[in-house]
Amino acid sequence: MDKVLIKMMQNDKETIYKVSSKQTLLAALYEIKETQNASLTFNAGCRASVCGTCAMRVNGREVLACAYKPKEGDFIEPLAYHTKVRDLKVDKRTTLDTLVKAKAWLHHYNETTQLTPKDEYLTERQSDCIMCESCYSACPVFAVNSNFIGPFALTRAYRYVEDRREKSTTYIIDAIQNNGVWDCTLCGECTIACPKGIDPKNDIVMLRTKSVQQGYSDPNFSFGFGTPDFGRDFGFDPSTG
Amino acid sequence: MLDVLVIGSGGAGLSAALAAKEAGAEHIAIASKFPPMQTQTTMAQGGMNAALGNLEKDHIALHIDDTLKAGRGLCDEEMVRLMCSEAPQSVAWLEKLGVPFSRIKTTENEALSTIAQRYLGGASVKRACYAQDYTGLKILHTLYDQTRKYNIIYLYEYFLLDLIVEDGYVRGVLFWDIAHGEVRTVIAKSVILATGGFGAMYHNHTTNMYGTSGDGIAAAFRAGAMISDMEFVQFHPTGLYGSNILISESARGEGGYLVDQKGERFVDELAPRDVVVHAIYEQMNKGNRIYLDLRHLGKEKLESLLPQELALIRLHENIDPVFEPIPIKPVVHYTMGGIDIDKTMEIPTIKGCFAVGECANSKVHGANRLGGNSLLEIIAFGRIVGENATNYTHYVREKSIDKDYAQRAKDDIDNIFVDVHKPSFYSLRQKLGECLYQNVGIIRDEFNLQQALQEVTLLQASLSKYGIGDSEFKHNQALTEYLELRNMLMLAPAFISAALVRQESRGAHYRKDYPKMNDKAFLKHIRLHYQGEMYG
Ligand SMILES: Cc1cc2nc3c(=O)[nH]c(=O)nc-3n(C[C@H](O)[C@H](O)[C@H](O)COP(=O)(O)OP(=O)(O)OC[C@H]3O[C@@H](n4cnc5c(N)ncnc54)[C@H](O)[C@@H]3O)c2cc1C
Ligand code: SF4
Ligand code: SF4
Ligand code: FES
Repeated sequence: MDKVLIKMMQNDKETIYKVSSKQTLLAALYEIKETQNASLTFNAGCRASVCGTCAMRVNGREVLACAYKPKEGDFIEPLAYHTKVRDLKVDKRTTLDTLVKAKAWLHHYNETTQLTPKDEYLTERQSDCIMCESCYSACPVFAVNSNFIGPFALTRAYRYVEDRREKSTTYIIDAIQNNGVWDCTLCGECTIACPKGIDPKNDIVMLRTKSVQQGYSDPNFSFGFGTPDFGRDFGFDPSTG
Repeated sequence: MLDVLVIGSGGAGLSAALAAKEAGAEHIAIASKFPPMQTQTTMAQGGMNAALGNLEKDHIALHIDDTLKAGRGLCDEEMVRLMCSEAPQSVAWLEKLGVPFSRIKTTENEALSTIAQRYLGGASVKRACYAQDYTGLKILHTLYDQTRKYNIIYLYEYFLLDLIVEDGYVRGVLFWDIAHGEVRTVIAKSVILATGGFGAMYHNHTTNMYGTSGDGIAAAFRAGAMISDMEFVQFHPTGLYGSNILISESARGEGGYLVDQKGERFVDELAPRDVVVHAIYEQMNKGNRIYLDLRHLGKEKLESLLPQELALIRLHENIDPVFEPIPIKPVVHYTMGGIDIDKTMEIPTIKGCFAVGECANSKVHGANRLGGNSLLEIIAFGRIVGENATNYTHYVREKSIDKDYAQRAKDDIDNIFVDVHKPSFYSLRQKLGECLYQNVGIIRDEFNLQQALQEVTLLQASLSKYGIGDSEFKHNQALTEYLELRNMLMLAPAFISAALVRQESRGAHYRKDYPKMNDKAFLKHIRLHYQGEMYG
């Protein structure tokens, strides 16, 4: 079996483990836990890429541990911008609350709508989301604004806005104005990070259009900027997105 | 004091909580040991049964018939009637909450009539409603969104330890708060157990996720509930050999072959699940390796028909199914037995405590569950139990509990921490899975079952010689997994005994030494009662 060395931070110390490259990272983590160090802490359930709990970062990129094969020298970290609780495990409570900020649910069911296959496709991709929060971890806005509603909650908001069974989309559109659609820099990092091929950036663009249709305008316009400019101090340049 | 405390955030738990809200309960909380979306329900792909008759002529009576037939005489007909007749309403309810069901074109003028349906094994017509490839996931997430809409409280990462029962009435629940590393007592007027099945007992031989360890069943058992039909464990013919990930029946439906290492076919691939499972098992017992061979279908067809499957196989088995046959084995998929409940889904010996979903035995599956009936059960009965539990609260007077139950639980946990660095308990989990798969598997007999009983009793007795290997109180994942194992080791002897007692073959339970169905002696449920110590 091909063995490779992977690194991670544990109790503030860099720790190195030897694992098989033929198995998934998740299987490797369990092997470490069962035979080398039982205190290694992470979250995982389905091992089949649907429960969304094993997302972490490898060499600075988000992956699902159950869908990634470790390579020599990989550096494993927990998701960014979450409260790290132990080793590779993060607290997802705050991030889940972004769904409440966005009021991302069906508000008033329209009894008379009859959905067609076309309507189904309108929300199919967005509802494929497994809530792994990779997109949140990849989004640079959280470095400057921890109150940002964030990519997956906005994707989900869009999923309900596009649902033809919703009688009135105003509740959701109203809810996503502050710290919402206009705070996104459209850098597209969320889209790159998503293991399910969802495109939160595009959903946010669509939500902006919907917002304008509902009478809202880009609050940043008054300063003469198309998108908020955080400068280059945060390690990214929004204008290249 | 809570009105309704729901334990488990799968489809059963979330439906129950929402139904409690609809029925007027004010203070509702949902506790789960994992983050809310990490449940078995997310893994269900196939669909949810309801006799809508959108694609083919169907009727509730036909659905009832199919279900009873699959259950081999062990279903409670009244409960099956209830579930099947609730099915269209349950789909309508989900539709109203926003579940993105797949659609068909239709000319009629009613929302439900556009929901697409597919065929699942054992059904006489196309009856399973689905949401693309992610039926369970999309149902669960929609339910979750609604719980947030109604501000239902989440007790995040609370591990159910034990029920608090006084004079036959449930008073509350003891939890291990995983994040803070403390025991918590939660008092509630009524409690709903929705903690899922125990497939994880077959560690390394199951499609179930880690943590499907029957904790709720074990807790109810300890608290005086009966458990029943535990011997009925459903196997799926095609799990990936190394990773146990499910390769759905569609691979065979599309023309895949089952072959041995010489490339010879040995069974009609489209025969019913149990027939295929038995044939594979017999081959494996002869020392043969079994493969699912898709090569003859050709690259193009495979890429277009089974893209997700191909990716999973390449990733997990390190082979390319376009050029190589796929190593498979039958794996545990669903557990039919569980907490014995009455027709209101209450536990007869624990007033105010209800159970629903895979942890409960509502007797709608009997000896064999039909594909698509589990999602239906968790939604239909989840709604009913939420309402029943709420109605129950009207008769409960506020009453504090006098004794400090938490102390005993604390002592118990402290004990586990006394010597954490003994040999790692994880080897026991492996052994348990191996022992059950070999001896309490698809084909059973007296000798194997006795052997298994002995072995699990030994494992149970030796548990105290092993340590969790992690001395932190907060976020101790090893502790959680240790508690799960302890529950599984507590249930294992019980369910093996049930398999020993049932000296016949019926549905998913096959005894080589008693290959025939014996209605005269065994057209009944085997109920078990726990007489041991609370903490063993
Ligand atoms: C791969 C796969 C595919 C399937 N496909 C289908 C299908 O197509 N159609 C169908 O009808 N059925 C299908 N099933 C079966 C179906 O998914 C399950 O039976 C059903 O989802 C069980 O739901 P539940 O709500 O009872 O439990 P679960 O969804 O398992 O939820 C259990 C909950 O209890 C919590 N819990 C457990 N123990 C504790 C504890 N000690 N303390 C606190 N909380 C606890 C868990 O955290 C979780 O939230 C499939 C199953 C699998 C494994
Ligand atoms: S596109 Fe917007 S939401 Fe996505 S990562 Fe960039 S800033 Fe964040
Ligand atoms: S949008 Fe993609 S990356 Fe973000 S939570 Fe959903 S599945 Fe994960
Ligand atoms: S373990 Fe469920 S997504 Fe990886």
